[in-house]
Amino acid sequence: MGAAPASRDVTSYGMGLAAPLALFFLLFFVAPLLQLFWLSLHNDTAGLHWGLGQYLHFLTDPFSLGVLGSTLLLGAEVTALCLVLGFPIAWLYQRVGPKLQTIIILIVLLPLLTSVVVRTFAWIVILGRQGIINATLQSLGIIDTPLKLLYTQFGVVIALAQVQMPLMTLPLITALGRIDANLDDASCSLGAGSWRTFFRIVLPLSLPGVIAGCTLTYAAAITAFITQSLVGGGQMLFMPMYLYQQASTLQNWPFAAAISIIFLLAVLAVVSVFTTLGRLSRGYGGA
Amino acid sequence: MAETQGGRSLVVDAVTHRYPSGALAVENINLDIKGGEIIALLGPSGCGKTTLLRIIAGFIAQTQGRIIIGDDIVDTLPPNRRAVGIVFQNYALFPHLSISENVAYGLAARGVDKAARQREAQRLLELVQLPAMGERLPRQLSGGQQQRVALARALAIKPSILLLDEPFAALDKNLRLDMQIEVKRLQRVSGITTLIVTHDQEEALSMADRVAVLSHGKLEQFGTPSDVYDRPQTLFVNTFVGSTNRMPGVVVSADRTAAKVRLDAGAEIIARPAGGALSEGGRVTVCIRPEHLQFVGDETGFAGVVGMSLPLGATVVHEVTTADGSGVKVSQARIGETRALENGAAVRLAPLAPSLANAFPATL
Ligand SMILES: Nc1ncnc2c1ncn2[C@@H]1O[C@H](COP(=O)(O)OP(=O)(O)OP(=O)(O)O)[C@@H](O)[C@H]1O
Ligand SMILES: [Mg+2]
Repeated sequence: MGAAPASRDVTSYGMGLAAPLALFFLLFFVAPLLQLFWLSLHNDTAGLHWGLGQYLHFLTDPFSLGVLGSTLLLGAEVTALCLVLGFPIAWLYQRVGPKLQTIIILIVLLPLLTSVVVRTFAWIVILGRQGIINATLQSLGIIDTPLKLLYTQFGVVIALAQVQMPLMTLPLITALGRIDANLDDASCSLGAGSWRTFFRIVLPLSLPGVIAGCTLTYAAAITAFITQSLVGGGQMLFMPMYLYQQASTLQNWPFAAAISIIFLLAVLAVVSVFTTLGRLSRGYGGA
Repeated sequence: MAETQGGRSLVVDAVTHRYPSGALAVENINLDIKGGEIIALLGPSGCGKTTLLRIIAGFIAQTQGRIIIGDDIVDTLPPNRRAVGIVFQNYALFPHLSISENVAYGLAARGVDKAARQREAQRLLELVQLPAMGERLPRQLSGGQQQRVALARALAIKPSILLLDEPFAALDKNLRLDMQIEVKRLQRVSGITTLIVTHDQEEALSMADRVAVLSHGKLEQFGTPSDVYDRPQTLFVNTFVGSTNRMPGVVVSADRTAAKVRLDAGAEIIARPAGGALSEGGRVTVCIRPEHLQFVGDETGFAGVVGMSLPLGATVVHEVTTADGSGVKVSQARIGETRALENGAAVRLAPLAPSLANAFPATL
């Protein structure tokens, strides 16, 4: 507001305190981003000709669009799987005693305590041709030839879901914990069964957590370079690897930059769809 | 189940509940409540009131005993099939649903169509005098209004029993009085058997047809407000309901209806043996309410010295120290210009009538 009133507005305090962080962001986030954008506006690798050629190339190339599409789809599949598996865990967490709660939290957090590389290799061991699953199924006589699990979309989704699960479960646990337990009882005493209570009360009230969890999981899943490349192998190409190939192997920096910008915009679009959904759904979310 | 079931009876039959943690929350409670009665469950914090309410509603399965509503033993029915309406202490309105959606929630669960449900919600909101609030969200209402919505929501399913858990605790004094009158009016109109949990004795005495006093999970007394106030059966009831002076003494002689007690304060008075028979020579605690003591001019009663006098509007309360060093309170109606008692004045005190002093065996 223009003229300062007699007493200072509390919101005017402390902007100076944010300066170091702002500077940090400017130097290490905004500046590289601008540089990336500048780079993407060149039609040749030497950086002599300006133009939108890289973008045009990407958007008219079926292969590139295919990679973008399968990456966004991968994110959606991983997010959906995490939500379907994570919600019951979070729901259970709110309904068990303190001892079991500790155990559940430990199980949920466990993946965060080991490196992504280690966890991914564990999945390779599990999913491989001679892996645990195939060995078990074969020894039980259920299958004759090993199933192809590794280097498939299925394998990538499973591995990513396990790796990103805490990002979904933790916000859900928080959101469900904020719901007054009496609301369950109130719904029940008004004659509603458990399904109606779940869909009319619990789910809408947990939407802030669902949105947060989905956003985090989605963003993490589509950018998970290591897991995507190791479990997906050479046959499956997703955006991070595509980007890496263009920049490192082919040294086509302007095209890599354009891919980055397009990928960034695509992710932002998906995330803003999530947030808009959340706002439209009349969730109260303490807003 | 949508038809009116107002006025069904409720029997709590020898109900005991022990939480998994081992806490014995209620112990052998028996209540026989007629259809259409208002009952108050009165007791100090932690005595098991909420537990008992949740057992009746079906949220907790009691360890022992039965709950009978009308002619049905409901122990195996889940809460959504008991037709019991409950208003929670914190109202528990659904924060993401509008006021009319909140009120109509139970009807939707019963499959009532949308138009009928909205009409009914509007009718109920008019009943609780909030006709224009239907579109708002619960957080846009004051505490008192939210509480009325919670009441309307519970009434919407036409419950056969209405349970209210400390419904007025969060309201200020004036609003509380309004709401008490409101609930009583609604209850009279609908005839729904109603159970109100409270630790406010005035609320219990003013609203209820009968009061159940609980202490440490046990039922101390179940009777009309005047029974509980004037003829308490236990020392706990006498001290918890209303204020009282506890005066120690020894039984001189006793029969079933009257006991002569020699007070340590130095007088022989006649008291009512309230907690069963008393034995001669046994120590007792005599309870006399401040308003049942009077200053006497003659040599009857016991002596004391006036300490502080507190003018409390319609009454004046005097603190008097007796010969044995204990203090008693005496309250006097302020009729015209009450004679001011000097600090340190010597006075004599006696109960207004023998039936107004209750003698209980002393617990050591
Ligand atoms: N879920 C629970 N698990 C274990 N013990 C409990 C539980 N709920 C209540 N209790 C215990 O049971 C006893 C009765 O509790 P309850 O909530 O019924 O009391 P209350 O009369 O409603 O008290 P207040 O007036 O404070 O609401 C208390 O001693 C309490 O500690
Ligand atoms: Mg309680």
